Amino acid sequence: MSATSARPRVGWRLPPKWVTISLFLLPALAVYLLFVLFPVIQAAHYSLYKWNGLQPLTDFIGLRNYVTALNSSTFITAVSNNLLVIVLSLALQIPFSLSLAVLLNRRFRGRSVFRLIFFLPYVLSEAVTGVVFSLLLQPGALVDSGLKGAGLGGLIQDWLGDPNFVMITMFIIVSWKYFGFHMILLLAGLQGIPAEIEEAALIDGAGRWQAFRYVSLPLLGPTLRVSVFLSMIGALQLFDMVWVMTAGGPLNASNTMAIAMFKAGFKNSQMGYGSALAVILFLFGLVVALAYQRFVLRRDVEGALTVFNG
Amino acid sequence: MRTTALTGGASLTRPTGRRAAGVGRLRLSGIVRYVILVVVAGVILVPIGYAVLGGFKTNGQLVGDPVSILPSPWVFSNYTDVIFGANAAVFWREAGNSLIIAAIAVTATVGLASLAAFVFARIVFRGREAIYTLFTFGLLFPSAVAILPLLILVRQIGLEGNLLGVALPQAAFALPLTIIILRPFFRSIPVELEDAARIDGCGAFGFFWRVLLPLARPALATVSVLAIVSTWNAFLLPLILLNGTDQWTLPLGVMNFSTEYVSDQARILAFTVISIIPAVLFYVVAERQIVGGLTAGSVKG
Repeated sequence: MSATSARPRVGWRLPPKWVTISLFLLPALAVYLLFVLFPVIQAAHYSLYKWNGLQPLTDFIGLRNYVTALNSSTFITAVSNNLLVIVLSLALQIPFSLSLAVLLNRRFRGRSVFRLIFFLPYVLSEAVTGVVFSLLLQPGALVDSGLKGAGLGGLIQDWLGDPNFVMITMFIIVSWKYFGFHMILLLAGLQGIPAEIEEAALIDGAGRWQAFRYVSLPLLGPTLRVSVFLSMIGALQLFDMVWVMTAGGPLNASNTMAIAMFKAGFKNSQMGYGSALAVILFLFGLVVALAYQRFVLRRDVEGALTVFNG
Repeated sequence: MRTTALTGGASLTRPTGRRAAGVGRLRLSGIVRYVILVVVAGVILVPIGYAVLGGFKTNGQLVGDPVSILPSPWVFSNYTDVIFGANAAVFWREAGNSLIIAAIAVTATVGLASLAAFVFARIVFRGREAIYTLFTFGLLFPSAVAILPLLILVRQIGLEGNLLGVALPQAAFALPLTIIILRPFFRSIPVELEDAARIDGCGAFGFFWRVLLPLARPALATVSVLAIVSTWNAFLLPLILLNGTDQWTLPLGVMNFSTEYVSDQARILAFTVISIIPAVLFYVVAERQIVGGLTAGSVKG
């Protein structure tokens, strides 16, 4: 390996390198620029206009769409709903996924069956999940009867009809669908940690919890960060399930940023305003991404071993 | 550079099972683990089982006695109506639309991403990392951000209401992840093979086509499976870019069906269950690739 790495790497010579590069790279780059990056830039452009999406772009209004958005209680509710899902995901869903990953990180009979089952909801579309849960959660349907039968009738809520509870319901269903995904990521991370390291800690007299907390958990850091990042980006763009189940209702109580944007752009023909909401959504994503980059960079600078000192 | 390439490739192989932890394992904790896992599995399976069995019930059974598990009597008309009865035309049209979009999107994603990943993995040139970073940027923001201008764009280039107008943007959104997964695989293929191919008179494309792609078959399977699942389940993009219900895909159809037959729950459940059969079958067959791909994605850090 070292012998070959010493040799300088030579690119393809004939035909000229740039021709090859262009032929291979340009198709993907063109599609990506046209359908992904260009629309994002256009969103920023449109957001400065009052525009219904059909007439020419003439009514330039500067940042007024943004002012309107930030003064709109409907939109603020939408933002706080997204943030609520993020906070609950980090506080409950990821610890839950991690616990299950730890439980599955041993060899025992039926392990692969459990893994198969836990990941199953991830392959169902959010639309299907939403339709099935809408039926399950109707007043008096399976969930209510089940709780009553188990003597937990006091827990029954108007799951999708109570403005104060509807986002909690959404979060539970989002977790139902996605915890298996995070569990698989974390399980893969755990399996990348050699068993000897934790065993050494046990021999040195650490308890099981201490060995996990101070040895395995820090080593799991990179995977955990990926999981946190994906969970936050996912929570920011929550749309399908909410649209299918409540369309943002009742009384806009389950609006998310993506729902508010969709309603503005397509139901109310406010393309300019909708684009401003899209840009705000983008900024939230950017903050998450920058925070993530910072953590990753800090890890690279400090080196993985420093965590053992803590 | 070669070292990082090799470890990058090695880390993508599936970790094999761990030895059973022998240190101080109590029997009790094993039982507790099973109990927890079975309860969670129940929470996952009950809604799915309810939907599957609910399709075999009458609405009277569903509403009158929500907790009894098995239908009595079993009713088959809900399912048969969807497959070849009253609702079959709608179902098969939507399944066909889903299939066409998925076929185009997956072919475009995997094809374009392999070509690009080849350049990123094996050709050194100025600006390479900058362009690569541009692609990774696509992972960092919610795709909903691009949705409104995308509609305007697709309208302008004359693809509105065309299945291609959904498939191409879908492929574009899938490119970043696909390229990120493929690049380390392509890198891990030894330079000696490239040299040998060149001596045998292969050009860059010859090497790519006859050597690299066959060797990267597991990676290609993984990214294809991920792309199929995400296009098959896509909702927002088709909702915005497709004009009429006759172009709708299955996820849109499921929603539409559930509002159209609001009072016929059993029929909704049957339609929903049949619509998920392809995805579930696909998952059971390709679980290894899906899980392998997600693992690969997470390893990049």
